[in-house]
Amino acid sequence: MTEVVFYVFATIAVVSAALCILQRSAVSAALWLVTTMFSLAGIYVLLGAQFIAAVQVLVYAGAVMVLFLFVIMLLNIGHSTPDLRGSSMVGATVVVVGLLVVELATLWRYTPRRLAAEITGTPLANPAALFAAGQAAQQETAARGVVGGVAAPLFQQYLVPFEATSVLLLSAIVGAVVLAKRKV
Amino acid sequence: MNPELKGFILLSVLKMLFVFTVIMVGVALLTLMERKVSAWMQNRMGPNRVGPGGLLQPAADGLKNILKEETYPALANRTLFLLAPALSFIPALLLSAVIPFAAPLPLDFDVGVGPLGRFAYHGRMPMVVADLPIGFLFVLAISSMGVYGIALAGWSSNSKYALLGGLRACAQMISYEVAMGLSLIPVLLLSGDVSLGAIIANQQAGLWYVAPLFFSFFVFLISGFAETNRLPFDLPEAESELIAGYHTEYSAMKFSFFFIAEYANVVTVCAMVTTLFFGGWDIPFTHWDERGGLLQTLLTAGFFVVKLMFWIFFVMWIRWTLPRFRYDQLMALGWKVLMPLALAYIMVICVSMYVVEHPLGVASPVLRSLALAAVNLVGIVLVFGFIDRGALLSGSGRRRSAAPRLRRAA
Repeated sequence: MTEVVFYVFATIAVVSAALCILQRSAVSAALWLVTTMFSLAGIYVLLGAQFIAAVQVLVYAGAVMVLFLFVIMLLNIGHSTPDLRGSSMVGATVVVVGLLVVELATLWRYTPRRLAAEITGTPLANPAALFAAGQAAQQETAARGVVGGVAAPLFQQYLVPFEATSVLLLSAIVGAVVLAKRKV
Repeated sequence: MNPELKGFILLSVLKMLFVFTVIMVGVALLTLMERKVSAWMQNRMGPNRVGPGGLLQPAADGLKNILKEETYPALANRTLFLLAPALSFIPALLLSAVIPFAAPLPLDFDVGVGPLGRFAYHGRMPMVVADLPIGFLFVLAISSMGVYGIALAGWSSNSKYALLGGLRACAQMISYEVAMGLSLIPVLLLSGDVSLGAIIANQQAGLWYVAPLFFSFFVFLISGFAETNRLPFDLPEAESELIAGYHTEYSAMKFSFFFIAEYANVVTVCAMVTTLFFGGWDIPFTHWDERGGLLQTLLTAGFFVVKLMFWIFFVMWIRWTLPRFRYDQLMALGWKVLMPLALAYIMVICVSMYVVEHPLGVASPVLRSLALAAVNLVGIVLVFGFIDRGALLSGSGRRRSAAPRLRRAA
């Protein structure tokens, strides 16, 4: 049952991601990206991460993509078709595709057995015993609540990187204000 | 499938049908209520020709909208033009799925239904379509989707008025979402949970959150008006400047879909105000309603509807009382008044909760709520009597004369 739902969401995510880069109109591309983000949120729910799913919809689909759409509508970007057939474009495409193949090959080797070995520190750990039928997330939720499971590592173990990220975002906002205030 | 799962699915489908029917019929009646309330406030009669006392007016309106001709503007993006009403309608209806509308009903049955097999349910059934553990975040997430329908309606119409309306709606809804999200953080601090059921249970143990968290309620209510594009914040459709804003080019049933979505959003915001700040289905001054039973469920549902109707009436009351904001006033209110107020209030509530719980050692939820209510009373006097000096409450007319005085005081 869960697997069927997973494949439904996965298919929607992949197909709409492909449609996103194949659309000529910028608004349609943005909307297909929203669909991808929605299906990713569905997959997060299947993994037992309801909080991450809600935040995914709230932040990415609800705020970031609305701002994208806002900018597209404001600048009124039409059906512009830049020429993508030069030899430099072909070279860049080959490099990017090559990097993607390397990345996928690396991820392919990252099996549950290897993950189990890295977590426990013993090379022959049984992944089935470590992640009993995907119950890890449910146990975490039962123990700490939906939000607690995310909040505890974020505000204890990774507090310094988390705060550093907020400083980064603040400097980005200040930079945007400086650019916007400059007299043209 | 085991009987428990089948029983759960059966009950969920029944609740879905019930909530969907109530919302759709309710929305139709709300259009009549709006016209009757406006008539009452303007000393007229309102619709009174179709049916007894005008009761069948919504049916006549619906029939008219179905039979009307559907027009498409030239050079409109046809797919998105068709999709936009649905995109504003679906999130509005989805939200009604997570709002608890009555006390949980204890059920215990195990029946066989012919070829379908056995259906069973044991325990208390929560009176909500989907009892999500992230109830409250779900509301924020899905309500942020509502802007797509309006923005796309404006963009795909290929009309400058519609485009301006869509852009305004985008900017307004994003701005007020910030204030709305920040205003709800004190609710989470006090309840310690994001599930709406837990928030209601917490209010039953202490006081309704409107007392200990008055400013959250204040900011949430104002942002709610802005999120539903109701007057005094209906800039996206401002008829004196933009004809009808984002739905200028829409006709017939597609036009009424926007209206249904708007009223469904009003119902949701009012239900959220009731649930988060007025105890949801809680009957005040008694713990009898928490014991569970058919009578309790029916009575609490009645109480929920009474509270909900009061807030819906309040929304209409405001609509026919206040004039529309100017666009710069709207943005200034959102970013310069409501957001700093909500941020400062988070600090105040954090400090007061710490002081009440740790140095003073108050454990009883009622006493804790009363202590926070006292802090709020001081805040109300400070904000509305001293810092604001009547500039916000007496409207924009006095604002110009109030501003220099404020600067001199600072």
